[in-house]
Amino acid sequence: MTPVSINVNGKVRKAHVEPRTLLVHFLREQLNLTGTHVGCDTSQCGACTVLIDGRSAKACTIFAVQAEGSEIVTIEGLAKDGQLHPLQNGFWEEHGLQCGYCTPGMIMSGVNLLSENPSPSEKEIREGISGNFCRCTGYQHIVNAVQNAAGRR
Amino acid sequence: MAAPVLPKLVGQRVKRREDPRLIQGRGTYVDDVKIAGMQHIAFKRSDIAHGKIRSIDVSAAQAMDGVEAVFTGAQIAQILAPMPIGTPFPSPEHRAVATDVVRFAGEPVAVVVASDRYVARDAADAIVVSYDPLPAVVDPELAMTGQPTVIHEGFANNLAVPLMPSGTGVSPNGKSVDDTAVDRAFAQAEVIIKQRMLNQRLVPNAMEPRGVVAHFEPGKGTMTIWSSTQNPHILRTMIAAMTGMGQDQVRAIAPEVGGGFGAKINIYAEEYVAAVVSKQLGIAVKWIEDRSEAFVATTHGRDILGYVELAAKRDGTVLGLKMRLIADIGAYNMLLTASIPTLTMLMANATYDIPAIRTTLTEVFTNKTPTDAYRGAGRPEATYFVERAMDMLARELNMDPADVRRKNFIASNKFPFQTQMGAVYDSGDYAKALDAALVHSKWNELKKERDAAKAQGRLVGLGLSMYVEVCGIGPSATLPTGGWEHAQVTVERDGRISATTGASPHGQGNETTFAQMLADQFGVPLEHVTILHGDTAVVKQGIGTFGSRSQAVGGAALHMAGTKAKSKMAKFAAALLEAHEDDLVFENGMISVKGAPARGKSFADVSQYAYIPVPLPEGLEPGVSEEAFFEPSNNTYPFGCHISMIEIDRETGEPTLLRLVAVDDAGHLINPLIVEGQIHGGLAQGIGQAMIEEAVYNSDGQLLTGSFMDYALPRAIDFPRFELHSTVTPTPVNPLGAKGVGEAGTLGSTPSIVSAAVDALSEFGVKHIDMMLRPEKLWRIIQGGQA
Repeated sequence: MTPVSINVNGKVRKAHVEPRTLLVHFLREQLNLTGTHVGCDTSQCGACTVLIDGRSAKACTIFAVQAEGSEIVTIEGLAKDGQLHPLQNGFWEEHGLQCGYCTPGMIMSGVNLLSENPSPSEKEIREGISGNFCRCTGYQHIVNAVQNAAGRR
Repeated sequence: MAAPVLPKLVGQRVKRREDPRLIQGRGTYVDDVKIAGMQHIAFKRSDIAHGKIRSIDVSAAQAMDGVEAVFTGAQIAQILAPMPIGTPFPSPEHRAVATDVVRFAGEPVAVVVASDRYVARDAADAIVVSYDPLPAVVDPELAMTGQPTVIHEGFANNLAVPLMPSGTGVSPNGKSVDDTAVDRAFAQAEVIIKQRMLNQRLVPNAMEPRGVVAHFEPGKGTMTIWSSTQNPHILRTMIAAMTGMGQDQVRAIAPEVGGGFGAKINIYAEEYVAAVVSKQLGIAVKWIEDRSEAFVATTHGRDILGYVELAAKRDGTVLGLKMRLIADIGAYNMLLTASIPTLTMLMANATYDIPAIRTTLTEVFTNKTPTDAYRGAGRPEATYFVERAMDMLARELNMDPADVRRKNFIASNKFPFQTQMGAVYDSGDYAKALDAALVHSKWNELKKERDAAKAQGRLVGLGLSMYVEVCGIGPSATLPTGGWEHAQVTVERDGRISATTGASPHGQGNETTFAQMLADQFGVPLEHVTILHGDTAVVKQGIGTFGSRSQAVGGAALHMAGTKAKSKMAKFAAALLEAHEDDLVFENGMISVKGAPARGKSFADVSQYAYIPVPLPEGLEPGVSEEAFFEPSNNTYPFGCHISMIEIDRETGEPTLLRLVAVDDAGHLINPLIVEGQIHGGLAQGIGQAMIEEAVYNSDGQLLTGSFMDYALPRAIDFPRFELHSTVTPTPVNPLGAKGVGEAGTLGSTPSIVSAAVDALSEFGVKHIDMMLRPEKLWRIIQGGQA
């Protein structure tokens, strides 16, 4: 077991983990932050996307020990003071989700996209979320959701 | 003070009530369920497609720290009978965990129970299985010869269903077949189109893999089972039967379910195993599928080969259709496996008034993952075969693809229409849908645009497809579970409304659409209505969500229960208001006398009276909680027209979808926003099939496309913005006039894209291209080779 100290959603969490524990399992199993999902085992689907030090990352792709000392934001930490993040609101307004399984990861990728490019074109949005799979929506309402969050709808 | 005026909600784009929890990561999916003392299951699976199990050595696994128990197939067989199926076809014995022979790569051979999922996986990896390999067969036409292997004893030539005829001149029991009309049609034909087409195998890939938590409580003798399923009530029935428990002792819960697409109808080996292992050990167990497991352990879809022949006159009039179907169902029959391809036969009539049709169906075992329902389930295959043949006919006759279809439509005054296949289409106006698609796509301008592009040397093509599908499944005669749906509507003491539905959703938004219906029915705010689902302890009875049935059947049951509850509320209100119950109106949170709005009581006041009924009106029981079972008299038959425009890169063969215009007619819509979402999702899967998705096996029976690295799941960049339009032809089959829309998008899109590809490559003389439209395949055609 290896000690780790990771800031998650504004609080420093200290724990002991097996070195092989994936960050996503650490978040889900040890911190009970089950909003971050696991949709594949090859780092394609993006359901586990979180923000690490402000940038989106697939939490199945790194070990918890590699996140030592970093600041992580998960879907649970996105709303502030009871106010939904604009991306969350955009998904709600535009029917950007159906089963909801890809949604947390999709929203976190959207947050990253808009932080890098606050006013993306439709093509840039489609490219920006192409590391995230959705099997329900056909993506059109997700594109609308990101546009909504960017103030373009 | 006057009550605020409440808007009518049915037909409005109401934001979903499911979303606040899901966009904040607060939903509870199966993998989020934790029980004290819960252990984790991992399966050891066969890594070969066909072989005899010579030995299984579990000693290393058993010795590992944290391993609670290991079960071989033989040990599971002692506590679990062979798995049942839900179709009336003969079926070989299917053990949840193989006992002597493995028949597809991925079949379970042993079960590990351990303290956490990592240990369980380690232990499964430590089990050593030796096999005597047998030859594998992956080509259904080869399998039909009985070579190189027979997979199941007693099923000669690997035939699960030897030859089932259907259509004109076939008696309802299939025993007597008269080919006279079909033969005459082909004898009279001026042109005959013949084509072998493959509707290829697909992997459903709901984003949430399957999972199950089983919790047997020894003291109580009860079982609670959480599963990522489309139908918790069917799960309860099956788990009770297979564990020897009563249905009253089993509670099945479908929590948030992360997509299903048909593949979560079947009750799987892993669910049965979790249940019996929990019961055997007296502890809670959890199994969560890896994606790599999902690719082989969750049922696949499609994989039907069609030999299609169309007989027509030179003016485009279709005289007859022959369709010989060979379904590759993989290694075993699952719950609905054998019945899925029968829906392809059922829908062979498509939207056309074809005088004579002969279809035959053969279902074949191969050493692959079993097939079962996948979004559309048999109907996209029928649409694809017929619509591709119609397109080939148009091309042969040099007719506009719209014209050849219009010439053969079932006329709108002929409904209800009895097809050659035994279906009775409820309602339809196919010309209206076609016209809408031609107008909205600006078809004539599109053709000019295509011609101009072609003149510049670009490979641009147009495709058009009609579709009609069978939805709203039941009736009970067509489903082994019964084909009704159940609902209960309770007016609570404070005037709020709780309702349960057996149509357990997994993304369809029933919590919103059903609340819209009840809010309108009772004249109360949407916020005062709660829809409960997915838990057999809360929802008394139900069937589930599949076959585009939740609105057409589940919604109808809810409407019926609501009508009963409203009638009882009216009786209480009539007593309070000293009015006749027929003279009351429910609106704006009030129940008042028609024409005298001042003479009214708040809905909450009447509710309170219903539960403290002093005096109790004569003939009434206290309280308002009413239930209904809705048994549909027929299926619904939604329809539409999809138009595609694609461009193929002359240098690389890469196809790009430029436009997709969809006109869908699903009857009355409750929430157009949600309907659009459903259609978008269906289109994405239909386009995915046409353009990039394909389950590929090698000759050894190994799935080569066994992960997202190899199986192309569509991404956002694969699609243009879809252009949606609708026509409205209500169904007479249910009181809502709603037909169902979940699967529609997968029907028309696929053939329209393939036809567009053929159109784009017309200069190379190509008549048909099998899916998917792999660039290499298109490049070879461009280079002068064959499709």
